[in-house]
Amino acid sequence: MEKILVIDSEKCTGCRICEQVCSVWHEKVVNTYRSRIKIVKWEMTGEFLPMVCRQCDNAPCVQVCPMEAISKDSDTGLVSVNYDKCIGCLMCISICPFGAMSYDFIDNKVMKCDFCDGKPQCVRFCDAQAIQFKEKSNTNKDAMQTAAEQVRKAATSINK
Amino acid sequence: MSMNRKIAYINLTTREIKTENIPEKIRRLYLGGRGLDNYLLYNHVSPNIDPLSSENVAIISAGLLVGTLASASSRTHVAAKSPLTGFIGSANVGGFFGPEMRQAGFDHLVIKGKSEKPVYLYLNNGKIEIRDASNLWGKDSCLTQTMIQKELNDTDVKSLCIGQAGENLVRYACIRTSVKNAAGRTGIGAVWGSKNLKAVAAKGTMNIKIAHAMEALEYNKKIIDQIVSAKVSKTMQKLGTLFIWGATNSTGLVRTRNFQLNQLTNADDVEPESIEEELVGTAGCFGCQIHCRGKYIIKHGKYKGTYDEGPEYTSLGAFASEVGCTSKNTVLVGNHLVNYYGLDTLETGSMISWAMELYEKGILTKKDTNGLDLTWGNDETVIKLIHMIANREGLGDILAEGPIRAADIIGKDSLKYQIHVKGMSNLHSDERPTPALALNVAVSSRGSDHLRGRPAIDLYHLPEKFLKKIYGNPVPYDGPLTSDYRDYEGKPWQVIWQEICYEAVDCLGICKFHTVFLGPNMPAFDEWTKLIYFNTGMEFTAKEIWDVGDRGYTMERLFNIREGLNRSHDNLVDPYFDEPVPLGLPVVRGKFIDRDKFKIMLDQYYELHGWDENGVPKPETLEKLSLNNEPSGLL
Repeated sequence: MEKILVIDSEKCTGCRICEQVCSVWHEKVVNTYRSRIKIVKWEMTGEFLPMVCRQCDNAPCVQVCPMEAISKDSDTGLVSVNYDKCIGCLMCISICPFGAMSYDFIDNKVMKCDFCDGKPQCVRFCDAQAIQFKEKSNTNKDAMQTAAEQVRKAATSINK
Repeated sequence: MSMNRKIAYINLTTREIKTENIPEKIRRLYLGGRGLDNYLLYNHVSPNIDPLSSENVAIISAGLLVGTLASASSRTHVAAKSPLTGFIGSANVGGFFGPEMRQAGFDHLVIKGKSEKPVYLYLNNGKIEIRDASNLWGKDSCLTQTMIQKELNDTDVKSLCIGQAGENLVRYACIRTSVKNAAGRTGIGAVWGSKNLKAVAAKGTMNIKIAHAMEALEYNKKIIDQIVSAKVSKTMQKLGTLFIWGATNSTGLVRTRNFQLNQLTNADDVEPESIEEELVGTAGCFGCQIHCRGKYIIKHGKYKGTYDEGPEYTSLGAFASEVGCTSKNTVLVGNHLVNYYGLDTLETGSMISWAMELYEKGILTKKDTNGLDLTWGNDETVIKLIHMIANREGLGDILAEGPIRAADIIGKDSLKYQIHVKGMSNLHSDERPTPALALNVAVSSRGSDHLRGRPAIDLYHLPEKFLKKIYGNPVPYDGPLTSDYRDYEGKPWQVIWQEICYEAVDCLGICKFHTVFLGPNMPAFDEWTKLIYFNTGMEFTAKEIWDVGDRGYTMERLFNIREGLNRSHDNLVDPYFDEPVPLGLPVVRGKFIDRDKFKIMLDQYYELHGWDENGVPKPETLEKLSLNNEPSGLL
């Protein structure tokens, strides 16, 4: 059952608690620059977009890794790094189209979202529900429901 | 650990920078933030200096828990001697600067002297650089932040800055960060302007170690759940503080037309629900789930297409009820302009409404206003005057001086129409029917102010048993407490409890919306013991945190007394006592503050604080709070 972090930027308030709790969960410190998720902001126009690993099916990072240190779990869908194999060449960072593979400058290793042992803390702490942890087959349901409600409303008013 | 952050002394005249550790002894007495700022002010500002001279000291700090897993731990505090009041200058701001400053390695900055040319400071991983700000001078408060990011080639850099109002020494210029966050009150922006200090920028990648990380994470979740489940938080998540204006205007508790009325009528266009139609979402400060900042884009007129955030209660008061305007576009534009220029929105609205009353009374005429029509509700004039104040043009140059000085310049009977305490304008609320709230503004250490000790929950008619639970902890209180907000009984203690609560929360660096301010079931002293322990490892009892708050507030009193404050300053202007409120629901209509009962409240307030009848802390009080050797020069 593959799951993924579904992002709704419209709901994001830009508070960055996801960055905060991500760094604490993984590193036991607050350091927003060691978070696996980052809110990219256009602050002066109030636009916020959480950026995090998309756990791609044909992940460029998996393909580019010369040591086969990165792999995708066929059950959970999680793309993860085997640090015993990783040589730190950073090709994965270079090739990731989302910039979601990043570098921990304190422990000197690449880092990416690992779903926090199946309980993503960013999701847990986001009261605005801008980040949700969903089964891949369900990712379109909310959008479909919202659109359906609009159609229903329109149809009802026309019929009146 | 989070406590290893440094204090830095920066002399802008000599360009010397000295960095020190903050001893744990000091932490135990003041925690950080506002409390330690008070200590630094008392120890580093010589008595009776001119606040706009190089002798003043500009202080910036992050509270003890800023950046840590304490919900809404975003707050930065700024301090100096106030150019508006001559007493303590002190203001608090959210946003993202505080956490960035801590990740950059600093908790407190003490800025002295005066730079020859405009400069800004750049804090980065334990280092401080004084950088040229010539190209930033004259720029508005948003563009300044963007230009600093461009210059440093890093969009993660966060800044505090002043706009043109601070440069022009408007005595109520604020310190700004992000789109709308402002350390609004007491005019610290003018102090920065007088020092040629345009901004302080920070970027830091240093760990803030969490003492008991997993416990802190779990406890933070619990606290957040407690906060977001409160009804008041749900409303705030949609409307921010606008909702207070709607609720209190319908009761008749909104200061209107300077102080003539207590309710804005024909106000449909500016009701929170109407302004909500303009909002395209809300934004939050660091780690906060209340996200009370509305996001809007101006739809009409000259500023069409401009993005800004807010407006809050105060801008709605400033550019609607106070000045008798009933157009939301005026509120949205006014709110934008005070953010742009870096003006305190509250003081700006109050000064404009005062001028309008003087115009009505014939004290100001078209000759004085250079033809400008200051009739109540003139939207164009209100907007024009904001520009004129920020740029110190014409009448704006006089209004930029603040209540007392402006009244001195205009003369005649003008002071009589000033609604202020200690030279700072009152909030745009009407406290005549609410003695507890009236006492709070009268005694507030930084001049009339609701954020120093307003027992806002007094308006909720809470059962006495419940009030006893809140106000009887962490120190016992067995005096009276009443549910009726029109009573005088027991109110002094509620004010003191809130003063100490707000002082403590400002020492910790947590937002007041996350404690007992607008919601009665919010975290307070007991919860903070755990937040401090899990995040820093320091053990504090609830009573010890109370003592820190008490000490901090008493230190503010000592600073003010050294600057000449006495009992006569803890007072309200005459209309509070002499003019009953004309409008509103029957529960408030006709109410005013009873002079004798106010005097009794003030006596009780002093006594409960351990101050003598002149409001001077007694020697035993100072000893109890370890303040008997101040200034002690430990930092």
